Parts: sequence; structure tokens; C-alpha cells
Amino acid sequence: MEGQAIKFGKNMVPLADTLAPGHSFCIGCGEALALKLACKALGENVIISMATGCAEICTSPLPVTSWRVPWIHTLFENNSAVISGVEAGSKILMAKGKKPQKDIKYVAMGGDGATSDIGLQALSGALERGHDFLYLCWDNEAYMNTGIQRSSATPYGASTTTAPAGKVSIGQKTRKKNMVEIAAAHDIPYAATASIGYPFDLMNKVKKGAETKGPAYVHVFVPCPTGWRHASDMAVELGRLAVETGVFPLYEVEHGRYRMNVSPSTLKPVEEYLKPQGRFRHLPEEEIRKIQEMVNEEYERLKAKAAAFPLA
Amino acid sequence: MNKRVGLEASHAVAEAVRMADVDLIAAYPITPQTHIPERLAEIVANGELDAAYIPVESEHSAMSACLGSAAVGARTFTTTAGQGLELMHEVVYVASSMRYPIVMVVCNRALSAPLSVWGDHSDVMAVRDVGWIQVFCENNQEAFDLTLWAFRVAEDPRVLFPVMVHIDGFTLSHVTEPLWLPEQEEVDKFLPEFKYPFALDTDKPMTHGAFGIPDIYSEAKKAQEVAFLNSKEIIRQSWREFADVFGRSYAPVESYKADGAKTLLLTMGSFSETAKIVIDEMQAKGESVGLVRLRLWRPFPYEELRQAVKGAETLVVFDRAVSSGMGGPVCSEVKAALFSEAVKPKVAGVVGGLGGRDMSVKDFERVINRGKEIAKSGSGEIIETVGIRG
Repeated sequence: MEGQAIKFGKNMVPLADTLAPGHSFCIGCGEALALKLACKALGENVIISMATGCAEICTSPLPVTSWRVPWIHTLFENNSAVISGVEAGSKILMAKGKKPQKDIKYVAMGGDGATSDIGLQALSGALERGHDFLYLCWDNEAYMNTGIQRSSATPYGASTTTAPAGKVSIGQKTRKKNMVEIAAAHDIPYAATASIGYPFDLMNKVKKGAETKGPAYVHVFVPCPTGWRHASDMAVELGRLAVETGVFPLYEVEHGRYRMNVSPSTLKPVEEYLKPQGRFRHLPEEEIRKIQEMVNEEYERLKAKAAAFPLA
Repeated sequence: MNKRVGLEASHAVAEAVRMADVDLIAAYPITPQTHIPERLAEIVANGELDAAYIPVESEHSAMSACLGSAAVGARTFTTTAGQGLELMHEVVYVASSMRYPIVMVVCNRALSAPLSVWGDHSDVMAVRDVGWIQVFCENNQEAFDLTLWAFRVAEDPRVLFPVMVHIDGFTLSHVTEPLWLPEQEEVDKFLPEFKYPFALDTDKPMTHGAFGIPDIYSEAKKAQEVAFLNSKEIIRQSWREFADVFGRSYAPVESYKADGAKTLLLTMGSFSETAKIVIDEMQAKGESVGLVRLRLWRPFPYEELRQAVKGAETLVVFDRAVSSGMGGPVCSEVKAALFSEAVKPKVAGVVGGLGGRDMSVKDFERVINRGKEIAKSGSGEIIETVGIRG
């Protein structure tokens, strides 16, 4: 199944999918698209451990399953520890001759809440211990599965059900936690951002992360029509706008050295990204200006790091 | 030829894990369990056991890593105590519900607050309902034997439930005693290679841990409970086979000089050995007393318990934990187990040995005498705590 692919522009896309059709994601879901692209990149020799969340609920209602690869879900915050056991357990069984030798990819997946909030400790532990696995974070910037509650990945100014915009509040008052920097700070061989707006870049990074020996982390930007209140045909476009405005830059970090993958000569105004989304609709002019300043500042900081510590 | 050696109970556990050729150990250090993961780390570092050793960052992750390891079919061990068992609480449920035959040794410890690293049974009592097979040890030989046995019963394809082996913190975990170590061939004869029938395998993809809608959850839980109750017969059978190979026998409920005794004391864990001395002394004085110990805590040995207390007038249950507002948890369960009997002893509960407080022979004599008074008074609701000052 893995050999068959079709040409799309300069790229080859595998025909086969290990994620079967028939799941129950919302119409226009960015995460479903990212999951499908990732599965194409990962192929069949993979064991997936998934945290509780949209992707888990939408693909595994007993007695049916969308999964054509071995897949395990246990709890919300323990995904990185579960994959640690899967990886170390599989490898010791092969080393002891109890299982045939095989190049298996070990992949953990979780949403931004599972990754940057409740599962951060377990993730840090697994990265630090150096397990040979890829962690994929599906970042839709809030707890979407339980009804759009804020997480530490929710951006400044967004309105969510637990940090709603109100007469005396603009919604989220904190800045988005930078998970890629946190992952990279473990001095792991590979950390990267990806967006569904750049599907080939996304697939290449998933593949690279899976093939990396040791821990790898890819943070994937997945717009959510339900939670962000944008039109259901806009997820991919927002995935591009986030990159083009500098809100979500695409880059890779290998052992502390940076490479920016998409560097537009001029960034589009953030307003173009914020406008189509209901979660930002309440923001007055001055808040949008403030967000623009934050984006500029963070983008410049990233560019400076990439210039100071470039990836050859 | 069996060897007689002096070993600390924690090291006896580690030796059982080595002889069981465990594939993966994931553990987080906590007093009074530390000697077990330390000794295992040494054994692995010296190449005496070919195992993956995951030094996890918490007990929650210890049990979670064990889930992943057991899911791919590796023989899996962990160990914890007190607060650690509490931290992994939700994961412990998943292990039994997903039928992962993990073995865990718990060095029983009190729960905060106030902070206490010393022994009692508060930690066990908080995991009564988690669906693990649970047994109690009284001495180092039992700590070795029951750790080894735990893999056999957990991994039996008719069982596939995780097993918790309880050893009292400090009063057992840190005690050095002589014990018999078997030959490797005997261990191999008793413990076949682990073949998990549902292992995650890229050649045969399987979904583990799909979610259950209301239409399915009840059936899933009922199926789990039926399988769990059925494990009792395999537990008894595997103990008979253990006796055949190693010459030492175990039973769900064990009695000591209890035949015809009017008053019975019921204990669990290492204090039972002190309780045996008080039975000897009181019998020597002509008193009609005997001892009953619960070896198997889950699944609860209803039938064996009823048989063991048959004919006694009074049963004094000694608890090392308090179920706040309800008294001793073991006592509550024993009362429930005897409720349907037409003829049964009067049951009285006494609590003691909390947070590492020692229980002397004299203390146990007080437990028995006070228990008899409570039983005579007819009140089932008195919560007596032995040895309290002021």
C-alpha cells in the first residue's frame, strides 16, 4: 500500500490512508485534515498513542474504529508516558528476540490542552529521557472537545467559554504559551511548527520527525470552524493567513539551531487573519494594534534567533 | 537446590522480578518503596536482567508507561507507596479495565496530612474498587513468593488482570530475614513466557481504548466484573501449582490456631506475625482465641471467610486505616460478607497502627479484649482506636 502515490505539482502524495473514512469530525475541521495528512506521511509501520480529545473521540467510538494501524488511547494527560512504554516495551522485546526486528515509528498525538497544559509534565519527561518517538500537537487553541474552554495555547484577545469577552474583559488576557520553544529547550534533535495551510511542508515535517532517532516534536496549527467561529470552508485559508501575517511562523529547530521555512518579505496585517474569526470580532481597534505589535515583536525575535543560530 | 539467604524484603521483591525475567520496569522513587527501584536499577545496570528501565518523572507516568508496555506484550513491573499510589489513581483503573496484566508491589504507607512516610493501610483502602487482584504479605518469603506468583496469575489468558502485592512500609519493606530462593529452572517451570493475545502489532492492527457510549459501557463493565470474579478459581489453582513446584502453599484466607476458638482476631499484612504471638500467649493462659488473616483482598474471598469464622462467638477485626465516618474499612467489608449468614459471630472493629505506630503483643491483647467488650455491648458503630494518648 505504501508504494502507491500520485504526483501533485512537485510533490508525491501517497494514495493510501491508514485513517479510514467515516469519522465524526465537524464539517471543515482543520484537525481532521492535519490527521489525514500526517497518516499519509507516517505510513503503516506506526503505533499511535492518542490523548483524550477531538481526534480520539471522532475516530474511536466502540464498537467501530477509524484506525488501520495499531492505536491506543488511555487518558488525557499521560500520552507521552504511554508512548514511552510502547516504545521501550517494543524495543526490549525485539532486543530479547521475543518480537521480530522491525523499524516501527512511535507517535503520540494530542490537542493543545493535552500538550501544553495537563500533559506538559509527561511530555517533558519523555523528551528528557530521550525516547525514540514523535509527538504531534494538534493546536486549535482551546479545549474544543469539551466546548471551547481556554487553554494556555489560546491567543491574546480570543473569546472562549471560560475566558469570554464581556463588558470588562477582552477575553483571553495572556499570551500563547510557546510550546515549540519549550520542546526545543530539551535539546531534542527535531522540533518544528506546521500548518494545514502548507500541506506538503506538514507531511515532510511529520515524516522527518518520525524518522528522527530520538524525540521529535511537531506543533501543528489546525483552525477550528466551531471554536473560532469561522466559515467552514476557511480552515486551510486561515492556516495560510496565520503564516503570512506572522501569527504562526513555520520553522524548524534542530539541537537549538533554527531554520525558518516560509519567510515572506513583508507580513500581511494581522487584521486579515483576525477578521474572519468570530472569536476576535469583539476586539476594538487599539487591541488589534496591540496584537499587531505583539506579533511583530515575536516574529523579529524568532528571525534574530534564526540569524544568530542558523541551521546549516 | 534451593538457597537459604538473608535478604531485605525490598531486595527479595527485586530478586523475584529478576527471576521472572521482566521486560520493562517503570518506577518513581517514594519512601518506603525506594529500595525496590534502586535494587532493580542496579540489577539492570549490571546486566543481571535484560530489561528496559524507565525512570519516569511521576507515579502517574509510571503507571501510564506500564500501560503502553503491557499493551505491546512486555512483562511489566512497577512499585509505589502511599501518595504515589494516590497520584496514579486514575491510571490504576485503566490498567484493569483495559486488561493489562501489570504487576505492582505497594509498600503500604499512610496518607497526608500530616505528612507521614510510615506504614498503614490508608493507601490500599483508597484503591479497593479499582479492579486489581490484591494480596497481602506477612514476611520476606511471602514478598518474594507472591511477587513471582503475581506474574503467573496476571498473565494467565483466562485472567489478564493486573495484580497488586502489598507489603507493609518499613515493618516489612525494610526488614531483613532469611528466605528460600528457588532455582531458575523451577521459576521457569512455574512461569511461562508472557504471550499477550491482544498486543499492539503493526502486522495485526488493533484499537485499544475506544470510548464507550451509554449503550455499551454497562455491558463492558459487566463483562469485566464477570471475568474478575472468575479469576478467583485461577488464583486458587495457581497457588496449588505454586505449592507443587516450590513447596509453600497459600490460600485466600489463612487461619492460625483458630479451630474451635470462641474469639477470633482478623488481621492483614505484616502485623499478623505479632498477632500470632498474642494468640500463643493468650491460649497458654487458657483463653479461647485464634487468628484469621485475609491473604486475598480482591476479589474478596466471601466463601473462605465465612468458613474461617464459622462457630466463633466474636470476631474482632483489626484495621490499619479509617474510612472517615464509617470506621475500619476491613471491618465494614467483613460485616457485609457475614450479613446474609443465619448464624454468625458478633463483629467488632478496632483501629490501630496508623502512620507507622507500632503494635506490640500487649497492644493486640488490648485489641482482642476491647473488641470482646464492644461485641458484648451490641453496638456495631463504636470506632475504637487502640493506643491513643490523652
